[in-house]
Amino acid sequence: MSTVIGIAFGNTTSSIAVEKDGKVEVIANQDGDRAIPSTLSYVNTDEYHGAQAKAQLVRHANNTITNFRDFIGKPFENIDVSNCHASAHPFNNDGEVAFKITANSEEILSVEEVVKRHLIKLIDSASDYIGKPIDGAVIAVPTDFTEAERKALVSIAEKANLKVLQVINEPTAALLAHASAGNHLPQDKITVVADFGGSRSDGAVIASRGGMFTVLATSHDYTLGGSNLDEVLIDFFAKEFQKKFNTDAKSEPRSLAKLRAECEQTKKTLSNSTSSTIAIESMAGGYDFHSTINRLRFEVASRSVFEKFTSFVEALVKKTGFDFLDIDEILLVGGTSQTPKIANALVNLFPESTKVVAPVTDTKAINPNELIARGCALQASLISSFEQEQIDESIEPVVTVAPHLTKSIGVQITNGTDKSDILTILEHDTALPIRKSKIVVAPQAGDALVAIFEGEPEIVVTRIEAPKKDESAPADDEESDWSEEEEDDEEIREKIVKAGKKLAEIGLEGVAPGAKIEVILNITKDLKLQVSAREIGGNGVAVRGVVA
Amino acid sequence: MSDTLPQLPSGWTAPEAFASFGSFTAPNKRAVEPVGPAFLAHARRTLHGRTWSEDEKIQAQENVIVADVVEEESEDEEGESEELLNHSARDWKTLDLYGALGLKRHRWRADEDKIRKAHRKSVLKHHPDKKAGQQDGFFKCIQKAFEILMDPTKRKQFDSVDSRADVLPPTKFNADNFIELWGPVFEAEGRFSRVQPVPKIGTMESPKEEVNKFYSFFYALDSWRTFEFLDEDVPDDTSNRDNKRYIEKKNFAARKKRKTEELARLRKLIDTAIASDPRIKLFKENEKAAKEKAKWDREADTRKAAEDAKKAAEEAAAAKEAEEKAAKEAKEGAKKNKEAAKNAKKKNKRTIRGSVKDVGYFGESSAAQIDAILSDVDALIEKFDDLELSEVAGKLAGVTDASTVKSVFTESATKHAIPAKFFA
Repeated sequence: MSTVIGIAFGNTTSSIAVEKDGKVEVIANQDGDRAIPSTLSYVNTDEYHGAQAKAQLVRHANNTITNFRDFIGKPFENIDVSNCHASAHPFNNDGEVAFKITANSEEILSVEEVVKRHLIKLIDSASDYIGKPIDGAVIAVPTDFTEAERKALVSIAEKANLKVLQVINEPTAALLAHASAGNHLPQDKITVVADFGGSRSDGAVIASRGGMFTVLATSHDYTLGGSNLDEVLIDFFAKEFQKKFNTDAKSEPRSLAKLRAECEQTKKTLSNSTSSTIAIESMAGGYDFHSTINRLRFEVASRSVFEKFTSFVEALVKKTGFDFLDIDEILLVGGTSQTPKIANALVNLFPESTKVVAPVTDTKAINPNELIARGCALQASLISSFEQEQIDESIEPVVTVAPHLTKSIGVQITNGTDKSDILTILEHDTALPIRKSKIVVAPQAGDALVAIFEGEPEIVVTRIEAPKKDESAPADDEESDWSEEEEDDEEIREKIVKAGKKLAEIGLEGVAPGAKIEVILNITKDLKLQVSAREIGGNGVAVRGVVA
Repeated sequence: MSDTLPQLPSGWTAPEAFASFGSFTAPNKRAVEPVGPAFLAHARRTLHGRTWSEDEKIQAQENVIVADVVEEESEDEEGESEELLNHSARDWKTLDLYGALGLKRHRWRADEDKIRKAHRKSVLKHHPDKKAGQQDGFFKCIQKAFEILMDPTKRKQFDSVDSRADVLPPTKFNADNFIELWGPVFEAEGRFSRVQPVPKIGTMESPKEEVNKFYSFFYALDSWRTFEFLDEDVPDDTSNRDNKRYIEKKNFAARKKRKTEELARLRKLIDTAIASDPRIKLFKENEKAAKEKAKWDREADTRKAAEDAKKAAEEAAAAKEAEEKAAKEAKEGAKKNKEAAKNAKKKNKRTIRGSVKDVGYFGESSAAQIDAILSDVDALIEKFDDLELSEVAGKLAGVTDASTVKSVFTESATKHAIPAKFFA
């Protein structure tokens, strides 16, 4: 049994996890961090990693390397250097991205070298925890990582003595971890995975069909992340500082770095409690700074940023052409998802049928910081028993590219739970071939008709008239703003499935009234639909046929 | 279950109760995320070209096989011998604890789970309530065995002295069955190692490093074997503290002694194994051969130089010899010629001298005359060179006419102007 781990390699933080006896454990590094900052710092002859390195941003910003993940495998002209403003600046080393470190002697570190050192530190932490050398890992990358960049990452890992079993997509890893933990892996769902990281946001709409995941759409925002919220707090406190001491805390890089570190901490505190204090000794001009902020004030100050998060998800859903009602679940990933306001805004935006999974809305939700690493660990343990050749063979397009149903297929029913007249058996966007069955009930009288239709989704809007307001009360200006909305008739939007194209009919004769009938749909490799129906426990034989 | 099917309209007919209306909307191609257990199944189906139900069947079969193995493992029923059944729980120190639980075959390999299961089974079988009227001695044995084996420390103490698990080194073996016979010995010895897993004895084809590693591992075996189990019971009475201390001391010494003996025993065992390991012999031979070859290769240059020198010397010697031979031959030839010439000269001289005798000294009979003739001839001969000698001899040979002879001599005498007494 080989020792395999999952690595979530983020721009801001990285996590490592291991699966043991069906349980996934996220591994803390030597500092006790489970979200290990992807930061390396060089002071004199010492190398710092993780939180220790991040602390060096105040005093040795130029020798502290951050946000380097996105540079992997990219030429210098294609990289976005804006995230490295407050740390070591990348420079153009013959077209390649490199950092100049002047800690002890001047040293030029290529991105490969930096990533290699970072990975070595992560592996060390993992093998220290497990007590065995690490044989392999599954690493997750954002969906926009190109094939070449993935290969570059694998080759760097090889140099760090780490065998990469598979490189998987971050949103899928997160969804795998979430679905496995909740034991609802085989359920059919459309999930929006929104990954709000430290410096960027990634989103993906994923169809889960019987445990198989298909990414339907992705979107990325490279300027939206937790750092935007930090900026809001920095501005907020800098203004307060300016007012108190008439000193600009933002003009001095070191003061700014101190403020940034504390603001990040304050932001995290505000996710858990409703108010937080901030205290910085000798922040700027020799003045100590001490202040408090409550969550509401923070939320008001960063309203525009929160709106961006919400509209990011909204735009992503629109991209797929789905209605909000089609979305069964929104899974929030990344440290920024801890912020209550983001999850609450999404709850308000989406209908009740859409479940928003975040710590604030669901107490059982897994820490969004750890989802990706957990998913990687699960995948690693799944494939650890296979030969590398078998794994590589399985992720070839020949295997992964499969025909997907464009429309759902179901059986006609008379009294569904909603107003649908089709009970969906195979959802749209299900990978083929597939076999699935559902159990329905025979009518109380006579023989049963099993009619197979394609489903046509329809949004039914029912207007419920708002209860009449007391019209006699004179509405003043302020109230009228509110009442205008309330006076609107409440709309209830519902998604139902109507019968579309008829595919097949089966007549089941001689079934007992109210008997359970199993309807099996099977789409073969050559895309032929086989339908069969039989009475459970009855003595009637199954009726089956192939749709031509 | 509220999803009710509609009623079959009256008069609905279709062949074999199935009517097809048209295929579903054409699917579009998308990439499935290669993640999760369901994808593994998908990949399996795709790569092996199985259909959904085929794959399910095969997976089910595989599962069945696994289940069978599990059952088989739990089905190792071991009957208890009469001796074991009659064993008194009081003499638990001499009891085969594993045997009591029916784990004779597993012994130290049995894990806690197995012991627990075996115990449960034994209890179900031997509980005194099930055996009314019989002695419950064996049940007590079972309980004692379970108690000891579930305590890691006590179990180690028992395992240390569990001679039933020992595999004695073979006394008769040869190169062919060395591995076969010694493997279990070392496997049994390896159970005492704190460092697990213990290297395996390997095969006849194992490389030298592996074999060396294997033996050095056992030489440096970090053994947890202890001999507390064999301790003499320390009396529990507080009355005689001295005796208690004495026995404790004795026990301690005995343990230490046993441990030393154990070390020596293991060492001897390894020495024996190494001495008879055909692989080590083979390595030594190979090494020797390799060394010799290396030496041979290393000395190739000097050897070649020596050969060259030898060859050159031989050639020189041969040349010298040939030269000498040639010189000798030349010398000998010259000698022969000289001798021939000398002989010819002698012959000629004899002919010349004889010629005067043949003609009767020209009729002279006085001794003085003859003497004069002979001295003249001798003087002439002295004067002649080789050429003249042969020429004159030629002239005189076979001549019997005295005047001719005389004229020849006279001519020669005049020519050489010798003071001839006769041939004037």
